[in-house]
Amino acid sequence: MNIKPLAPRADFPLLAGDPKLHYLDSAATTQKPQAVLDAISGYYERDNANPHRGAYTLSAAATEAYQTARDSIARFLGAADPDTLIFTRGTTESLNLLATAWGHANVKKDDRIVVTRLEHHANFVPWQQLALATGAEFRICELTAEGEIDLAKLSELVTKNTKVVAFGHVSNAIGTVNPVAEIAAIAHRVGALAVCDGAQGAPHLTVGFDSLSVDAYAFSGHKMLGPMGIGGLIAKRDLLESMPPYQMGGDMIALVGDNATTWNVLPHKFEAGTPNVEGAVGLAAAVGYLESLGMDKVHAHESALVRYATERLSAVEDVTLLGPPTERRGGLVSFTLRDVHPHDLSQLLDAENIAVRAGHHCAQPLMRALGVNATTRASFYVYNDSSDVDALVSAVAHVRERFAATV
Amino acid sequence: MTGPMSADLEELYQSIILDHNRRPQNFRAMPEASAHADGLNPMCGDQFTVWLKMNGDVVEDVSFQGSGCAISKASASLMTQAVKGKTKAAAEKLFDSFHGLVTGHGGGEDLGRLKAFSGVSRFPLRVKCATLAWHAMRSALDDAAKGPASNPTEPQA
Repeated sequence: MNIKPLAPRADFPLLAGDPKLHYLDSAATTQKPQAVLDAISGYYERDNANPHRGAYTLSAAATEAYQTARDSIARFLGAADPDTLIFTRGTTESLNLLATAWGHANVKKDDRIVVTRLEHHANFVPWQQLALATGAEFRICELTAEGEIDLAKLSELVTKNTKVVAFGHVSNAIGTVNPVAEIAAIAHRVGALAVCDGAQGAPHLTVGFDSLSVDAYAFSGHKMLGPMGIGGLIAKRDLLESMPPYQMGGDMIALVGDNATTWNVLPHKFEAGTPNVEGAVGLAAAVGYLESLGMDKVHAHESALVRYATERLSAVEDVTLLGPPTERRGGLVSFTLRDVHPHDLSQLLDAENIAVRAGHHCAQPLMRALGVNATTRASFYVYNDSSDVDALVSAVAHVRERFAATV
Repeated sequence: MTGPMSADLEELYQSIILDHNRRPQNFRAMPEASAHADGLNPMCGDQFTVWLKMNGDVVEDVSFQGSGCAISKASASLMTQAVKGKTKAAAEKLFDSFHGLVTGHGGGEDLGRLKAFSGVSRFPLRVKCATLAWHAMRSALDDAAKGPASNPTEPQA
């Protein structure tokens, strides 16, 4: 099998500078194309000033750069109204924003909060803590044997007193792609908010927020070729307008009186303080890069690599793959090797220039249900090719031999 | 491996470590223990419980259970063999010596077969693995000196 990279390795300075590296941890963070690095340095070389502050030309340039970035990222994610894209540090902050600002204003004792067994800690702990703080009931929807959300169980759990259903678009730990519209419909049947953690969705699939039917969608820029420290929350306008602000400070106010304050309009109401313009500009360049590749092609490329990796890893004795069948799995393979702990495996793979993630993937509730402490995860992106899979498979087979060979 | 493993990695995964990983010693619960403590590595979820049975000031028996990588499990296994029969003070001295060895800050005295872990110092991310059970052993020693104590493994709601 010969699957070529979708994006030239030469576009990525780190990968070009380390030709032997098999980078298989893009679900944790992606490498960055030159176009993103250029956009960031270009911003500082030409346009840097504090946006929304000064009347001078340079501040206007910074404001323009920031707003243009918002427009293109919102368009990429399928939101017609760019002011409903709130920039945050990433998915974690976006979900904390919702759980804190919306949650404390809307969830009370005897209400119910529903999450799923698949969730990353970022879409689990904020809701669990909201429940503990308000006295609401916290329920976890269990999975089918194949590691998918059990929709029948979810329907039963989402009772009339349910205020929010929080779920991931794609599982970071085992790759399950969730039926977003069906889950949102279950939430909406009782008037609950449907909140989607898109950290592993936005980088790999066409999001189309306006037709996705969720109320809020969180994502991280650094998992989609952008810089670290920028991401966002896209939400329905009426939801954002009805919510109190999350953080207080500059930029998010309209009028500050001695005893009371009124809030600025969207998106500023949720963006207190000097914004991360460099991050927004870098992320806009990243989505531009992805658009030029085409998200359909990105998805098809990852699917081809996942199919190939699944087929080859399944043939290695003592390897167990987790998660649903390949056609319902995102761009990663999560597996265990019998009698070899993932940390040992990843350390030995590292010696072969193969970078994979080993651990609980910030999903301890899921690991408990799967009956494992940790797994090894290889995740793919636009710069990977079949040689990365070949290197992984042969190194896993050799580690198995080495561990089995001890007396 | 496909290529020759680096000398550092060969040293990290010596056969004594792989052997104790496959066949850990004193790998059992101890209902009659004087004290026990848990060691948890939140980064990876690895977890061990260490049990101690004291006879006065002497560690009469020691055992462990749990799950973790080869480094952490072999370290726990060899630790139980090394501290059995030692006084509390001698076991604590051994802790310091082992800790010095794996962090590359001196130590290394009287370690015997535990010297197999000298390679850990070149992999700073693995120090936590090598010392996981040791920290549990030390807090169990302290608990035993104080009397019975409980160590919840699940966070309390």
